[in-house]
Amino acid sequence: MPIQVLMPALSPTMEKGNLAKWLKKEGEAIKSGDVIAEIETDKATMEVEATDEGTLGRILIPEGTSDVAVNTPIATILAEGESAADLDKAAPAAPKPEAKPEAAPAEAKAAPAPQAPAAAAPADPEIPAGTEMVTMTIRDALRDAMAEEMRRDDDVFIMGEEVAEYQGAYKVTQGLLQEFGARRVIDTPITEHGFAGIGVGAGFAGLKPIVEFMTFNFAMQAIDHIINSAAKTLYMSGGQMGCSIVFRGPNGAASRVAAQHSQDYAAWYSQVPGLKVIAPYSAADYKGLLKAAIRDPNPVIFLENEILYGHTGEVPKLEDFIVPIGKARIARAGGDVTLIAWSNGMTYALKAADELAKEGIAAEVIDLRTIRPMDTETFVASVRKTGRAVVVEEGWQQSGVGAEVAARLMEHAFDYLDAPVARVSGKDVPMPYAANLEKLALPTVADVVEAAKAVCYR
Amino acid sequence: MAAPKKTASQASGQETNNGAPRSSSLNFTKEQDLAALREMLLIRRFEEKAGQLYGMGAIGGFCHLYIGQEAIVVGMQMALKYGDQIITGYRDHGHMLATGMDANGVMAELTGRRGGYSKGKGGSMHMFSKEKHFYGGHGIVGAQVSLGTGLAFANRYRGNDNVAVAYFGDGAANQGQVYESFNMAELWKLPVIYVIENNRYAMGTSVSRSSAQQDFSKRGASFNIPGEQVDGMDVRAVKAAADKAVKWCREGNGPFILEMQTYRYRGHSMSDPAKYRTREEVEKVRHDSDPIEQVRSRLLAAKVSEQELKAIDAEVREIVNASADFALNDPEPDPSELYTDVYR
Repeated sequence: MPIQVLMPALSPTMEKGNLAKWLKKEGEAIKSGDVIAEIETDKATMEVEATDEGTLGRILIPEGTSDVAVNTPIATILAEGESAADLDKAAPAAPKPEAKPEAAPAEAKAAPAPQAPAAAAPADPEIPAGTEMVTMTIRDALRDAMAEEMRRDDDVFIMGEEVAEYQGAYKVTQGLLQEFGARRVIDTPITEHGFAGIGVGAGFAGLKPIVEFMTFNFAMQAIDHIINSAAKTLYMSGGQMGCSIVFRGPNGAASRVAAQHSQDYAAWYSQVPGLKVIAPYSAADYKGLLKAAIRDPNPVIFLENEILYGHTGEVPKLEDFIVPIGKARIARAGGDVTLIAWSNGMTYALKAADELAKEGIAAEVIDLRTIRPMDTETFVASVRKTGRAVVVEEGWQQSGVGAEVAARLMEHAFDYLDAPVARVSGKDVPMPYAANLEKLALPTVADVVEAAKAVCYR
Repeated sequence: MAAPKKTASQASGQETNNGAPRSSSLNFTKEQDLAALREMLLIRRFEEKAGQLYGMGAIGGFCHLYIGQEAIVVGMQMALKYGDQIITGYRDHGHMLATGMDANGVMAELTGRRGGYSKGKGGSMHMFSKEKHFYGGHGIVGAQVSLGTGLAFANRYRGNDNVAVAYFGDGAANQGQVYESFNMAELWKLPVIYVIENNRYAMGTSVSRSSAQQDFSKRGASFNIPGEQVDGMDVRAVKAAADKAVKWCREGNGPFILEMQTYRYRGHSMSDPAKYRTREEVEKVRHDSDPIEQVRSRLLAAKVSEQELKAIDAEVREIVNASADFALNDPEPDPSELYTDVYR
């Protein structure tokens, strides 16, 4: 049967074009790949190549014709052994897609998008009565978490700058090289983009890398692999290929290191579906959540805080202490106002709660712990009780995590709010170096107290 | 990581510009030629059909065709064993077919249907097959080089003898992460073959307008990675070079660079007006050095009948037509798929 050549679309947005020129005449032989015509759009002139072999039987649209609709038959090609008599039997080279309900794009668009599944956050593990509590620094809690997971699973390894022989730029990986050797504790060159990509590739192949960034500021060099390669591949592969990988390191402001070394990336990563984002405060949570992150089959951003590394806290001495990802913690109960914070923001929130107590205001302090998936339920329940909320973060306010929390409160607790949600955030400037300016750029306990009193109309 | 076993400079015999032995040309048996012809034809006919479906509006977005470059992936694949990993960029349909991925699944992904390799959620640039050790299909130029180095890292970590092959173009060869990866691959002696498909144009920018060092086989020189320029239009030359590079990697000597000199007949993508080169230039390559015609002439000279070659052609056309049929009639993904596969 002769084959119809259809007016091709040169881009998904093209609807019609001009047939500028025929380069083959009727009766001429055509090989696959031959340029047979030129067509024009407002953007470009393009060549039409034959995809079938035979003879150009009939030109249906003469050259110089304007506004030819895409998919209009423009010529007929006769196959070997066919003659002009067969021309009227012509069929399109490929069958047109049938307008099946499921296959029709227009109908698919019209169908309402299904609801996103709601993630139920699991409860914290039971700590049996009488469990010994060990006081340790957050630095050691992190090291122990990694060491335990590396003992448990040979696929877990750590790579990054100065993680092995130097024992970690912030000594978080102290002793790991000695216990696990150079095969599993790997010093990289200073090459964040490259080793993040290598980590993700190793993750695709089934290993479980922990990629340490000396600080998350340097992960900006690697953010393409974190988002485009790590976060999106599971979806892009229809569930076939993903990676279990932890990107960890200190995030946010440290002390007197100026703008390029002081940025909080919680809001950046929390925007990306496919990533989980964790930013703990307590030593126990650092340990239990890092272990959970290493076991999680998805890419996890684990945001640490340099100021907190030396802080101590009690960690339960349990064989396998895992804190569930996606569950907030009520750090202090109270009925007058809810303070919502995470990571070092908790330092201000807890101190502010002490101050507020002296003035007769009982603040409930919620440690978000995980930024994505966000445990909306816990803070909404608290605000439904208190009617007032203050969100505390060191990062910038615009499009920040605090903005997200406030929006969710508006959506889920609007009728319970007795005052607008207040935000205490880092100031809208790059971090200054001078000691006095740096102090001004960060939130303070007094800011939180003031905001809490304001929402209580006190 | 453990110390290297052998350095490139210790390799004996005739040497490339970086010290590795140069591969000799290789004659194919009739069977090898027939197999190569079938694989290359399958890719070409598939890509022509994809171009046609794109023209009909059945394929959306971007669509980068591999026509002209078929000998590279087919020749490379002939040198690999099951378990070796493949990763490439966005011009990836040929690589998928060469690893044995099903034409129906690839075409249905192009049309965004549920039977596609990624259930319709990836499209032309994002397909994967764990079974065939095909790791994508990546749309960010150069990303596959670091990722492929990571696949090789996993081989080394596990102590197996698998080799990773990372394909990228002359354009991607100018990305910074390529050199970050080269450095670590050689430092840690990772079994990865970097196949640079030099088709002379990065989108519309010719190599001479974009590259200070136009001999891509030398791009690993400052890392001591051996490299070789290969006639990427001759499937036998590709196979011979691949054999050597695979051996080098499997024996634990670290990475190897193969610059495949090739040409793409079609535009960068479907919406490329191709004003940066003349029609005569394209015609000359097609006429003088088409990878498929080279094999076909060889087979005819070896007294293989026209009829036998036509039978291969017919078989391939049937596979391709069936894939188009499937890809146009398979339903789109169920709306419930919108929220699946974000996390596992």
